[in-house]
Amino acid sequence: METQPEPEQAASPELAHVAKLYGEPLPELPKDLYIPPDALEVYLESFEGPLDLLLYLIRKANLNILDIAMAPLTAQYLEYVEAMRVRNLELAAEYLLMAAMLLEIKSRMLLPRPKKVDEEEALDPRAELVRRLLEYEQMKAAAAKIDALPQAMRDYQWVSVWIADAAAERLPDVNLHDLQVAWLSLMKHARVMQHHKVRREELSVREHMSIVLRKLQGGAYLEFADLFDLSLGVAGLVVNFLAVLELVRERLIEVTQREVFAPIYVKLAQSGNGPNDVDVATVHP
Amino acid sequence: MSTSQPYTPEEYKRILETALLTTPEPLSLSDMKKLFDEEFDDDTWRVLLNDIRSEWSGRGVELVQLASGWRFQTRPEYQSYLDRLKNEKPPRYSRAVLETLAIIAYRQPVTRGDIEDIRGVAVSPNVIKVLEGRGWIDTVGHRDTPGRPALYATTKKFLDDLRLRSLAELPPLTEIERVMDLADAAQA
Repeated sequence: METQPEPEQAASPELAHVAKLYGEPLPELPKDLYIPPDALEVYLESFEGPLDLLLYLIRKANLNILDIAMAPLTAQYLEYVEAMRVRNLELAAEYLLMAAMLLEIKSRMLLPRPKKVDEEEALDPRAELVRRLLEYEQMKAAAAKIDALPQAMRDYQWVSVWIADAAAERLPDVNLHDLQVAWLSLMKHARVMQHHKVRREELSVREHMSIVLRKLQGGAYLEFADLFDLSLGVAGLVVNFLAVLELVRERLIEVTQREVFAPIYVKLAQSGNGPNDVDVATVHP
Repeated sequence: MSTSQPYTPEEYKRILETALLTTPEPLSLSDMKKLFDEEFDDDTWRVLLNDIRSEWSGRGVELVQLASGWRFQTRPEYQSYLDRLKNEKPPRYSRAVLETLAIIAYRQPVTRGDIEDIRGVAVSPNVIKVLEGRGWIDTVGHRDTPGRPALYATTKKFLDDLRLRSLAELPPLTEIERVMDLADAAQA
């Protein structure tokens, strides 16, 4: 495979000769065209129908489309159709119809033209075929030109500046400052409500996380302040607040605020509803 | 915000420009006329729009006039860069689709049978579906022959998407038509 590239060249000096003439009017159609067998299928399937194939044969041989030599063209066309048949390509009926049409034209041309009594022009049997070939070629060229035009989404994009109200409703994000302000106002309340009970208490952030989550069960929207039990005192509130922060960090709850200084609302995170249900179910057994 | 009337041509232009940039569809002249209480003649509109267009020259985005109005778009020469941001390139249409589109564009209104006559092969329903799905062709009526076949024509969106203001701007068919004339002459 890798050793002998040259025998092929040596074997086909004629092919090289033909290739040299390519582009100039040939006295005769080449008898055949070498196509590697594997490539043949792809090649034959690339035609968009019998007209396309005929055009290819005519243009390849640089024939005058207005004066087609029917015999060689028909012979070559039938060769291709036969190749398709042998290759078991699904042969579209159009190809056979065209074969019949070519043969009909060819045979009509062999017959002597009947002498018309009046001046009615004796129609060239090829005229209709030529008309169709030219019309198809015209559309084929037009298709290529249309494809060459810049096309929206392929060759350029429409520009549209994004305006906020054009998008779906989006809840504003809460920044650190908002939380701080909310926290400070809680502290103020707590100070007012402060009792001077001295008592040791186990403060667990995790426990408060659960308490907060439980309050939010069922998808309720709660105001930020409602999450806090003021009777817990400052230390309790700090733990409570830490629990809320932790829940935010773990994305178990969503904290939203419509505008600056508006009430802050808290609810279970969107995706948290489902898994929570599942948890309950799996804990039982 | 105040809704005071604009006074200078600059202000009018800025408002027009903002509207053009923020509207997802092309803005027709009658749309644009809703922007202002005053009424301008067509020449004034043309001056305003041409001014905006020339102000944007030298940018990656340009103002273009299409079949259904005016619109901003990216310049085609930068598309190859934009493509790098996307994972996939938009697929190209097959020859069958393009040839069918060309026949509908140049010979409209046409039936499926007309298309088949020219192409010499059956038109697959998929081809029509692809073009209809893109909004480039639609049914404009039915020919009064047996079976009442649908008549297809191209849409405004087709013109818009190919940056054409009218069908007259389609690439001309001249070159081969000359050959056709020759053919006619040869027959006569």
